[in-house]
Amino acid sequence: MQLLQIIISGIAQGCIYGLIALGFVLIYKATETVNFAQGELMMLGAFCGLGLMTMLGFPFWLAVLAAIAAMAVFGIALERVVVRPILGQPAFSVVMLTIGIGYVARGLITMIPTIGTETHTLPVPYKDQAWKLGALVLNVEQLVVIAATAVLSALLYLMFRYSKLGIAMQAASQNQLAAYYMGIPVKRLNGLVWGLAAAVAAIAGLLLAPITFVHANMGFIGLKAFPAAVVGGFGSLPGAIVGGLVIGLVESLSGFYLPEGFKDIAAYVVVLVMLVVRPNGLFGEKLRKKV
Amino acid sequence: MRFIFKTRYDQDIRIAKHGGYLFWYGALMLVLLAAPWVFPEYWLAQVTFVLIYGIVGLGLMLLSGFTGQFSLGHAAFLGVGAYTQAALTGMGVPFPLALVAAAAVSAFVGVIVGLPALRLKGIYLGIATLAFGFIVEEVFARWESVTGGNAGKHVKAPDLFGWKLDTGESFYYLCLVLAVLATLAILNLLRSPTGRAFVAIRDSEISAQSMGIHLARFKTLSFAISAALAGVGGALYAHKLMFISPDQFGVLQSIDLILMIVIGGLGSVHGAFLGAIFLITMPQVIALAKDYLPEAIGMAPGLQGLVYGVVLIAFVLFEPLGLYGRWLKFRTWFQIFPFYRRGMFKRQKSFQKSERLK
Repeated sequence: MQLLQIIISGIAQGCIYGLIALGFVLIYKATETVNFAQGELMMLGAFCGLGLMTMLGFPFWLAVLAAIAAMAVFGIALERVVVRPILGQPAFSVVMLTIGIGYVARGLITMIPTIGTETHTLPVPYKDQAWKLGALVLNVEQLVVIAATAVLSALLYLMFRYSKLGIAMQAASQNQLAAYYMGIPVKRLNGLVWGLAAAVAAIAGLLLAPITFVHANMGFIGLKAFPAAVVGGFGSLPGAIVGGLVIGLVESLSGFYLPEGFKDIAAYVVVLVMLVVRPNGLFGEKLRKKV
Repeated sequence: MRFIFKTRYDQDIRIAKHGGYLFWYGALMLVLLAAPWVFPEYWLAQVTFVLIYGIVGLGLMLLSGFTGQFSLGHAAFLGVGAYTQAALTGMGVPFPLALVAAAAVSAFVGVIVGLPALRLKGIYLGIATLAFGFIVEEVFARWESVTGGNAGKHVKAPDLFGWKLDTGESFYYLCLVLAVLATLAILNLLRSPTGRAFVAIRDSEISAQSMGIHLARFKTLSFAISAALAGVGGALYAHKLMFISPDQFGVLQSIDLILMIVIGGLGSVHGAFLGAIFLITMPQVIALAKDYLPEAIGMAPGLQGLVYGVVLIAFVLFEPLGLYGRWLKFRTWFQIFPFYRRGMFKRQKSFQKSERLK
C-alpha cells in the first residue's frame, strides 16, 4: 500500500517535470534553441494565477484561464522582442540569453515589495482533500495533476496531429527552409510555439502550486526537468512526458528505498546513465551532420 | 596608423605583435607588481579575486571559447580543487605539492567527465555536465569525513617553503605569479598545433576530423587542461576565503563562471580577465548605486539578479563578442583612423542551420 502511495506521488511529481520538459521540447523542436528560462516561466505563471485570485478576487477557473492566456501572450512577446533578433547565431548565445531572462524574471518577482520574498499558498478549491480507497489515501491535488497532464497531452496530440497549425509547426520544425518555401510563416509560428510553451509552463506552475508553495525560486525545478527531456529524447513530445514520469518515479522510489541524499541527485544519475547508454534518449531521433 | 607586414608564419603567431604590446603589457605588469602599495587592503583582496577567477576563466575559455564544449558544471572542478587542497594542507602536505595534487585530481575528474562527453554534442553535453555538477555538489555535502559536509571546512594559510603567506600582500603575489604563468601557458598552447586543433574542433568537428585530428583525444585533453586550471583556481579560492562549503560550488557558481566568459568575450584570452573584473566589480557597483536609487528599488533583494540578467541579455543581443569585442572596435577605430566603419565586425546573419538532417 505504501509503495502504491509512493508510486502515485512519484507519477504526480513526474507529470510536473514532464510538463516543463514539454516546454523545452516544443521550443527545441521548433527553433533548435534551448530555453533555460522554462522554470521561470512556470514561476511567473504561478504568481500570475496567485495575483489574480488573491488581489483581484477572480474565481478559480477564470483565474486559471486568464493566467494561461496572459502567459501565452507573454511568451509570444518574449520571442518577438528578445529571441528573434539573435536568430541564426550559435545555440550558446540563446542559452545565455534565456539564462539572462531567468535572472531577470527572478529578480523582478523578488523586487515586488512584501510579495516577492515570501512563500504563498494558492487557494484552490481542492486543497488538502483526500480520497480514501480502503487503506489507500489518495491526495486530490496529485490526482488533479495527473488528470490535467493526461488531458493536456491528449489535446496537444490532437492539435499536432489534425489541426493545420499543428501540422505547420511540425513541418517548420523538421525543415525550416522547406517550410518557408511552402509558404508557412515560420517566424510567426516560432512566436506561437513560444506562446504555447509559456502556456504549458503556466499550467505546470498552477498545478504545482497547491503541492508546494509559490515562491520566487520555484523555477529551479526546471533544472530537474532537463533530465526528463533528455531521458525522453530532446526532440520528442511524448518522450518529454515519459521522461518526466521516469524521473519522478525514480526520484520518489529512491527517496523511499535509498539512504538520504540520493533523492536529490537520482534524476541526474539517471540522465548520466541514459546519456552513456543511449545519447539520443528513449524516443530521440537519429542525428546526422553535414559540414 | 600602424602597418604590420607579415612575411613569415613566425610573425603571424608572435604573442607580441609589435613594440606597443611589450610597452603596454609591461606597464600593466608594473602596476600589478606595485599594487600592494597603490591599492588599499580591501581593493587588493578584490584584485586577488579577479586573478583567481581569471585563472578559472582561462580554463573555461579554453574549453568553451576555444574548443566549443559547453560546461554547465564547471564549479564542480573548482570544488574538487578546493577540497583537495583543504584536505592535503590539513594533513600537513607542503603547499606547492598540494597545489599540484589539486590540479591533478581536478584534471583526472575532468578526464572522467570528458570521456562520456565525447559522444555528446551541444545541449546534451551541457546537461551531462550540469548533472555531473549536481552530483559532485551532493558528494561534497555528504562525504563528511573529508569535506566537513554542509558545516563547511576551514583552510589553513598557505605555507611556501617555511614562509607563511598569511598576509594579503604575499598571497596576492602568489596569485599574480600563477595567473601570469597560466596566461602565458594558454597563449603558447593556442599557437601550438594542439591549440589550433582545439579551434578547429570548435569551428567544425567533421572538418577537424577529416584533417586528421583525433577528436576524442583532443576533447579529453581540453577537458583535462580546463579542469586542472579550475582546480588551481579552486585551491587558491579556498586559501583566500579560508572557509569552504558545498554551496559555494553549486550550479549558481557554474552559471556565474559561464556569465563571466561570455561577458568577457568568448574566444579571447583577454576575455577571461575582463569577465573576472566584471564579475567582481559588479556587486560593488550595485552596492554603490543603491544609495542613489529610490528606496523601493535600492533596498529590494532581487536587484543584483535583475542587473545581472539585463546586462547578460544586453551583451548577447548587442555585443556578442563581449567586453573584448567592444575593446577591439575601440582599438580598431584608432588604428585605422579615419577608415573605421560601423558593421566591420558584424556577424553575417543566416537562417537557422539545422543540425537535424533527415
